[in-house]
Amino acid sequence: MNSLEFTIQQIINAVSLGSLYAMVAVGLSMVFGILKMTNFAHGDMMMTGSYATVLLSALGVPFPIAIVAGIAVSALTGILAERIAYRPVRGAPDVTLLLTSLALTYVLENLAILIFSGSPRSFPTPDWMNEVFAFSDGAITFTSVDIISSTSAILSLLGLGWFVSHTTTGLGMRAAAEDMAAAALVGLDINRLIVIAFAIASGFAGLAGMLWAAQSGIIEPDMGFSPLLKAFVAAIVGGFGSIAGAVLGGYLLGALEILIVGFGPTELSPYRDAIVFALLIVFLLFRPGGIMQANREVKL
Amino acid sequence: MNRILILAGLASLALCAWVLPLIVSDYVVRLLIMVCINIVLVGSMCLANGFTGVFSLGQVGFVAIGAYVSGILSLSLADKASYLPDLPMFLAHIEMATLPATLIAGLVCAAIAIVVGLPLMRLSGHHVSVATMGFMIIVNVVIINADSFTRGARTFTGVPTDMTLPWVVGWAVLAIFLLARLIYSPIGLALRSVREDVIAAQAVGLPVLGTRLLAFSFGAFLAGVGGSLYGHYLGSFSAQTFFFPLMVSLITMLVLGGMSSLSGVVTGVIVVTALSEMLRNLERGVHLGPVSIPPLFGASQVVLGLLFILVMIYRPRGLFEDREISSVFKRRKQRSNS
Amino acid sequence: MTDTPPLLTVRDLTVKYDAVVALDAISLGIRQGESVALIGANGAGKSTLLRTISGLIRPASGDISYNGQSIRQSSPQAILRGGIAHCPEGRRLFGALTVEENLRLGACTRDDAAAVRRDVERVEEMFPIIAERRKQAAGTLSGGEQQMVALARAMMSSPRLLMLDEPSLGVAPLVTKLIFAQLAEMKRSGTTILLVEQNVKLALALSDRAYVLRTGRIALEGEAHALADDPRVFHAYLGVNE
Repeated sequence: MNSLEFTIQQIINAVSLGSLYAMVAVGLSMVFGILKMTNFAHGDMMMTGSYATVLLSALGVPFPIAIVAGIAVSALTGILAERIAYRPVRGAPDVTLLLTSLALTYVLENLAILIFSGSPRSFPTPDWMNEVFAFSDGAITFTSVDIISSTSAILSLLGLGWFVSHTTTGLGMRAAAEDMAAAALVGLDINRLIVIAFAIASGFAGLAGMLWAAQSGIIEPDMGFSPLLKAFVAAIVGGFGSIAGAVLGGYLLGALEILIVGFGPTELSPYRDAIVFALLIVFLLFRPGGIMQANREVKL
Repeated sequence: MNRILILAGLASLALCAWVLPLIVSDYVVRLLIMVCINIVLVGSMCLANGFTGVFSLGQVGFVAIGAYVSGILSLSLADKASYLPDLPMFLAHIEMATLPATLIAGLVCAAIAIVVGLPLMRLSGHHVSVATMGFMIIVNVVIINADSFTRGARTFTGVPTDMTLPWVVGWAVLAIFLLARLIYSPIGLALRSVREDVIAAQAVGLPVLGTRLLAFSFGAFLAGVGGSLYGHYLGSFSAQTFFFPLMVSLITMLVLGGMSSLSGVVTGVIVVTALSEMLRNLERGVHLGPVSIPPLFGASQVVLGLLFILVMIYRPRGLFEDREISSVFKRRKQRSNS
Repeated sequence: MTDTPPLLTVRDLTVKYDAVVALDAISLGIRQGESVALIGANGAGKSTLLRTISGLIRPASGDISYNGQSIRQSSPQAILRGGIAHCPEGRRLFGALTVEENLRLGACTRDDAAAVRRDVERVEEMFPIIAERRKQAAGTLSGGEQQMVALARAMMSSPRLLMLDEPSLGVAPLVTKLIFAQLAEMKRSGTTILLVEQNVKLALALSDRAYVLRTGRIALEGEAHALADDPRVFHAYLGVNE
């Protein structure tokens, strides 16, 4: 096997995986930035949108439209979650916020089991998304889903970057994340900012969920759990609350996992998740504020 | 006077534990056993979460370790040979009774807690819950991959199902007794000071890390014990038995009663266990004469989750906050006197 | 002057933090075009009063009316739109945002782009350093520069009533002088000012009237020039009983 081609293949894999992590992590970081909430229900936004897409395409809606509608459903779920569960506990201690989101994820996942049953369903990935491209006699292969996830992630993340640095609403979000009271004093509508933040964060999760489902071919009620945990790691490593940090953390994590699976000894591969979390704990000891040092915590 | 009352209470509890199984149905007995095991488990979380200020989501990892350690130790030699042929020699020839296996499971958990607590208990703020949850994931991954010890992702089976009501009542009473001794002692005061204000506790010279580690590892001991009891109650289980859903249901019990109160722990366990049992019966489908409601899988969890959210909104510190039943009585007396 | 109805009236305002009473049935009024100082020791409740007027804190009882309408239930945004701007203690700039972006957020309630641009030019004229630092992150500025930006940000909403909380705190004397000179200029051009300031001399020099707050109550009130010579003002500061 040619090692250069192998490396290129692994880089493609890392970018594809990192893109998914980054898209979930930005949402976690946006919400954390403003509300200081560790949002465990964020992963379920991946699930609600994907189920909506499956349902709509089963009803005969063309796939691209079903995807867009699915993302809208994710965003809507996020807005409803904020309205119904999070707004009443806003300003409560961290633990209360965290537990509320934990309870909400339990409700949403079991609601999905109640409505759609717990068994996996196939995701109607169209053939053009599963098209395989092979180079160098199959040493480098990727599918259209890989290309689509990476490009849509990069484009949408660039779009988000432009939004938070050029629009008044985006600047307002960063302002509110830094100092909620001062943001209220300059006349920003905090409720509106929070709703928009949830809509964007959940929309990104929805998009990530579609791409995740397109790659794995199935959806299930707890499909958001594992990527959510990875996204937490990405967001924390990047500096929880920093959007750029979350993107960086996402791609770093993608690279790390591919490094373990692709280049590490084969016995290590199944321990990938354990290694990631062990490294997170070690990382937090030395840099509790993340790479970007977005917020410093009390150190013991 | 007080002591006599407590002794009388304990004696009647013991009598109930012996006699009840003869009177009531098996179903009720199994429910009561579950309540007692949950008291041990939620009690262990109460110590780590309610009294240190470090909210750990990783407790279920210790429950898993406890169940597997005790399971491996108490599996019969024949079962070991057929289910776990690759077990190392020193384990392959051990067949322990439940009690020593349970104690060893607790001690193993306490030892692991000291090792993982050294980094974990140093963390604070928003990230510690994710990091402790990471511990649960690590345990889960290791159990699934440590094939020769755990049968991997397959069901671990053959654990002697010898949990009787007197047994678990004994453990629940012992757990509450130990927790009460610890929480309402000078060490408990230190724990609460660390919870209220880390910097102030440091300023008066309290060893924050040491205090947290003590609570964490004692909590882990109880979680391991509870895990062992749970394993011996179920008889067979898998890595997924001790994962996210168990964590959420234990936390629901913890927050409903109030995570800084032992009375709250007991109340939370009883209410949630009873409620989820009732809901589970409804879930199987109800036939009321001509009307029949089809089975609704997941409905009981949805209701419990909603209850959890309502508690967070209206009573975030639980039903008992940080009071105990006895102090509630005391306050009432004072009020009627004044 | 005395016949004009007050622009802002605070009536029997009580504010509590849990069980602690921060303001105890305070009443005061500010007329259009007037400059009023609030002075008093730390913890007297000055900042609490400003935060309550701008809607960040809800009062336990009492009322605040502005322009004849009660604003006690209004959101901070509505209050700002009504024309009350609050330049908070400690400046509270958005440190990760540039000076320009901070000013832009200061004007976020307005949609008359041309007028906003004129106002940016105006504050840049008042404080030329703002134009120099335009693209710089606000957090990297010195204390004095930050205070000027904070004042400019508050002015970007083009307020009728400007409330300032400790504008001289942590600011070099020379910059303080510049800031107060500009405040005097604004006052001349008709802006109503409510000023909280530790530096009594500075505060009374700028103001027409002043209230002396002490542990949540008004201990003293009067014309600024009269209070400047009143020994009781200093007693109120030191917490000595008269």
